[in-house]
Amino acid sequence: MHAETDILFRESAAKALLDPHLRANFRRAMDGLITKRKAQFPDPADLQELRHLSTAIRSRSLLNLPALLVQLEAACTRNGIQVHWAETCEQANQLVLDILQAQGATRLVKGKSMVSEEMHLNAFLESHGIEALESDLGEYIIQLDGETPSHIIMPAIHKNKDQIARQFSQKIKDAKYTEDVDELTAMARKVLRQKFLEADAGISGVNFAVANTGTLCLVENEGNGRMSTHVPPLHIAIMGLEKVVARLEDVAPLYAILTRSATGQAVSTYFNLISGPRGEGEKDGPQAVHLVILDNGRSRIYGDPQLQATLRCIRCGACMNHCPVYTRVGGHAYEATYPGPIGKILTPQMEGVGVRHDLLHGSSLCGACGEVCPVEIPIPDILVRLRREATHQDPASFVAGKGTGRTDAEDRAWRLWAALSKRPGLYRILTWFATRFGWALPSGAPLIRDWTRFRTKPIPARRSLSERMRAERGTHD
Amino acid sequence: MTEARTAILERLSAAPAGGPPPPEDTAVMARRHWPAAERVARLRKGMETVRTEFLEASPSDWPSVVQNFCDHEGIKSLLYGPGNGDAAALAASWDGDATLLPYDRPVEAFKTQLFTEVEAGFTSTVGGIAETGGILLMPGPDEPRLLSLVPPIHIALLRASTIQDSLWSAITNLGWGDSLPPNALLISGPSKTADIEQTLAYGVHGPKRLIVVLVNDLR
Repeated sequence: MHAETDILFRESAAKALLDPHLRANFRRAMDGLITKRKAQFPDPADLQELRHLSTAIRSRSLLNLPALLVQLEAACTRNGIQVHWAETCEQANQLVLDILQAQGATRLVKGKSMVSEEMHLNAFLESHGIEALESDLGEYIIQLDGETPSHIIMPAIHKNKDQIARQFSQKIKDAKYTEDVDELTAMARKVLRQKFLEADAGISGVNFAVANTGTLCLVENEGNGRMSTHVPPLHIAIMGLEKVVARLEDVAPLYAILTRSATGQAVSTYFNLISGPRGEGEKDGPQAVHLVILDNGRSRIYGDPQLQATLRCIRCGACMNHCPVYTRVGGHAYEATYPGPIGKILTPQMEGVGVRHDLLHGSSLCGACGEVCPVEIPIPDILVRLRREATHQDPASFVAGKGTGRTDAEDRAWRLWAALSKRPGLYRILTWFATRFGWALPSGAPLIRDWTRFRTKPIPARRSLSERMRAERGTHD
Repeated sequence: MTEARTAILERLSAAPAGGPPPPEDTAVMARRHWPAAERVARLRKGMETVRTEFLEASPSDWPSVVQNFCDHEGIKSLLYGPGNGDAAALAASWDGDATLLPYDRPVEAFKTQLFTEVEAGFTSTVGGIAETGGILLMPGPDEPRLLSLVPPIHIALLRASTIQDSLWSAITNLGWGDSLPPNALLISGPSKTADIEQTLAYGVHGPKRLIVVLVNDLR
């Protein structure tokens, strides 16, 4: 049986589908991102070559993952970056808090970091009296409303400018109401520059960590990432343990395919390579840099040769931009840090395939995500694999919550199906009734109801296929 | 924490060895190659698309090009790194309206002034990227990191001869693959965002304008 704590995607998705503003906002945004990405890959052969190379680099990095992490730690330490390891989000939160408290830091600016969202770091720090202010414009917008990101690259994509204009005029001191995007941006700039100036510490994510040079690579357009990592006296970077690559040469193709896949840009405004705190003779830059390496279920995913491909992800968001489900329901319906196709395979592996069983079925398996993925993660295949894991107890499997998604109702349904299929006489009688009287079933009947909520009722053909074949054979013989 | 490290590494090391990763064919990166003059044009086109402004100069007249620009724009203060050769040359010949401010002390000594008063920052570059457009900076003791970030206008000096084909070739040619200073940067334009309805807006946190002084030193 499903536990009561199960999070039902079908319910939140159904709610989202009824919101015309939300659907319009996502449709417009996703269409824009799809078009821009396409324009960046005019030569399909080039794109495939770059994808194969990127896939190979990420696969090689994962193959050597434990050794690369040790090498990264050594190189960072040599560079003066202090490295910390956390198995769980709780541990990572505590580590960050300890570092901040040791410095007496109470005002924090944050560059965009999905791992910190995974940790619910802001709420944790605020409960300890530390102000954690998001400085990426999109993150800033949603933080003002106490929301979570609805897209991993464009966190405020679910809002339109009227909504943001109203929000700014209510929540920013002395702000007037304007729908002009430049003016709205200028308002945020004014507030946030003061915050950068005053901040005791900055937090960032990591796009790629280079093992041999001990370098943290940050990709961004706004400059808030540079502000957060270079202005305050303390910088804490947080990364999932899969982010490491062997050498800087590996980063060039990944960076090239990341910006093109994510936002349809050939290059981001800033590519910031951080290899240490303020060096000898330097006049700025943080006096201390810390790197927190988070596991949170990743090492378990790593233990399975097929599921390991999940960890190739470079977080570009192309899978969600191209997903027919995501485009219609938006990111919040997933009730997960990572929405969309990658979230559908990552979240159940982190939180358990039982409690997130519903997410595994919120897909038509159309294959678009796998087709656009810059590192060729077979998302549809992994979805199918996890559906099986959710209902089977394979002793060799590492999957979190394996077998706990099995329900009595589903069991009974399959047993009934099997029994019917083994009894042709009974099967024929039932299909005879279904074809003759199926139309009479009310739309509100159980099972039919789930379908007819948003679609017209399916009506069975008047004759079954086998009946028609028998009849045809009769005519031709 | 040590336990976390041990436990994580043990779990990772215990994972069954996967097959060999697919072969790596880097031809798609290596084939991006253009003659010098075309590299300049490509860099310019790429950066102008994201609103970078260009000033053309010769190896001898670039300081006066910078000065004329500042006078023309009415810039009153220009921050520079006195330890850098190009910046020092600029300062030595300076006769413009703007006050030249040397970034010669720790940022803590003038952080508020840096954020609220300084109008422009001047930096050198260590190269450019032709494929996508972009300039490469290596901040350090001579040219602090915030010179190219905090002032609303960033003026960068780029010599055409230092433009590389791609980031890929730059990493190799500049020896970045072996070791890196505490900070290295690729910059392609002024700060920008598309977080509100995907509408591009410039100057969100970093510089509102990026001016590249392009020195034609190609023979």
